[in-house]
Amino acid sequence: MTLLATLNALLIQPFVEFGFMRRALVACLALGLSCGPIGTLLVLRRMSLVGDAIAHALLPGAALAFVMFGFSLWAMSIGGFVAAVAVAGLAGLVARLTPQREDASFAAFYLIALAAGVMIISMRGNSVDLMRVLFGTVLAVDDASLLLIAGITTVSLLALALVYRPLVVECFDPGFLRHLGHAGAWVHGLFLTLLVLNLVGGFQALGTLMAVGLMMLPATAARFWAAEVWSLAAVAALFAVLSGWGGLLLSYHANLPSGPAIVLLAGSFYMLSLLMGRRDSLLARQLSQRAHRKA
Amino acid sequence: MTMEFDPTRRAFQRQLLCGLGSAAAWPLAHATDTANAPALKVVATFSLLADIAREVGGPAVEVSALVGPNADAHVFEPTPSDVRRVAGADVVITNGLRFEGWIDRLIKASGYRGPVVIASRGVALRQLSGGADPHAWQDLANGQRYADNIRAALVAALAAKSPAHAAEVEVRASAYQQKLAALDRDSRARIAALPAERRRVITSHDAFGYFAAAYGITFIAPRGWTTGSEPSAEAVARIVRQARQAKASALLVENISDPRLIERIARESGLKVGGKLYSDALSPPGTEADTYLKMFEHNVRTLVQAMSLDTPSPAPVSIRE
Repeated sequence: MTLLATLNALLIQPFVEFGFMRRALVACLALGLSCGPIGTLLVLRRMSLVGDAIAHALLPGAALAFVMFGFSLWAMSIGGFVAAVAVAGLAGLVARLTPQREDASFAAFYLIALAAGVMIISMRGNSVDLMRVLFGTVLAVDDASLLLIAGITTVSLLALALVYRPLVVECFDPGFLRHLGHAGAWVHGLFLTLLVLNLVGGFQALGTLMAVGLMMLPATAARFWAAEVWSLAAVAALFAVLSGWGGLLLSYHANLPSGPAIVLLAGSFYMLSLLMGRRDSLLARQLSQRAHRKA
Repeated sequence: MTMEFDPTRRAFQRQLLCGLGSAAAWPLAHATDTANAPALKVVATFSLLADIAREVGGPAVEVSALVGPNADAHVFEPTPSDVRRVAGADVVITNGLRFEGWIDRLIKASGYRGPVVIASRGVALRQLSGGADPHAWQDLANGQRYADNIRAALVAALAAKSPAHAAEVEVRASAYQQKLAALDRDSRARIAALPAERRRVITSHDAFGYFAAAYGITFIAPRGWTTGSEPSAEAVARIVRQARQAKASALLVENISDPRLIERIARESGLKVGGKLYSDALSPPGTEADTYLKMFEHNVRTLVQAMSLDTPSPAPVSIRE
């Protein structure tokens, strides 16, 4: 009984006692559910760094919206969304019209956007630490941000279900969407839009570090446990949710800042998976080599 | 090359960018159009010091602030025009106590060799784990020390150039000291009139240590003593608990902090957000807290209102600036 009571006090009680902990948990849960599959598809399509680029591309739009409309979740979300979609669209257009590859044009456009964002922020003066206003903290998630994240998750999962097949085929046959022509471009565009949507939701409520961290780290860790796209996505979502839950508890019991605690926990899931995951991890390779030698 | 710092253009930019209504958004705009040109150019690190220098110096000095109204001096990044302003100054006024971490590099970069006044010199310091608490102006007795340090520096700088102006500064300084002392007495009386158990409030950053010690109010803040760190769940939980156990009577937001966290705590604990305090920066010219005296009076009034049981609390503050 005492063990149960201790476990309850350690793992459950903080969420029972405090509404802000429950909200933070729900935000991580929603974010993890949609970031799992999207992160997995990014990794499989060799676009792991695109998430980071998009997260920075949001900045000028969100900053401009803040300068023009003040502190408004919707204005800043729409501003960030438009800026990031513009960067993704321009990068795609350049890849289509010139021989330059998409990763190069992506790098160029996101750096332009990032610099523009920093410029807008510094011209605005240092009124409040604007970076902190733009990148909220998971402990202060309010109703509006929670609805935004939950809505984005719902839309993302439904939309992913719709274009699941072509996206998965593209992962293993990189030329597939191009062969499809217009339809292929639409699928690719929809996927990038979903990516932007998820990062907008994440960065508003939790900050860029957390939004990208929760998307990419669980997806890279999942690779050492599963092989099919659906199981990769499921493992990634599970890791993301566990990181959110555990990170919040760490922040609560050990008095650590919550954003970094969540991302570092996701990072340690990755390190553990890398060392001793079921598939292709360092340990698994060692064991299989030994088995080969014996045979 | 017209690279010179142009106050009207800067004011215009600010207006354009911030959407501020008033054309005199930049405090420099009034200082320049006096009949006889000012004898001394003074650069203060932030709005509050600039105001004290303006009060004490009068028409003899032209004062500008590096960190303007409603801005956070903790995270300031100087621009080339700031370097130019410092280079062209006769006197530079700083708070000291490592409040402006960037000022030494800025002075070095500008090649400025004139006097650097540390306005907080001589105040009784509050020690914190990270060093001395720099927010010393939140006690009016320290404010009097600030004004005296600034007076001494201005008089010394004016003595050779224009003795008549120096004498005028002495007169202005003693009048200003009287105003500070009167507000100090008044603030003490108003706060002392409240029952001791009501005098506990929650704010978003711990800038009111001197205020707390001088006027007998307990401030509880979720972050450490700077605006630069992310709070932990443990710190927020502790504050919510304190608020729930009725150990605090009001929640107050600040003009330079992210208000979302305080709003979250308000929802969680059932306390009302009782108004906005000015901690490290004044409000823009022409608004409620555009001078040191008005800022202090505003803070005392807001606190007393929030902590009294009977009076209705002021309307909730909008987050939008």
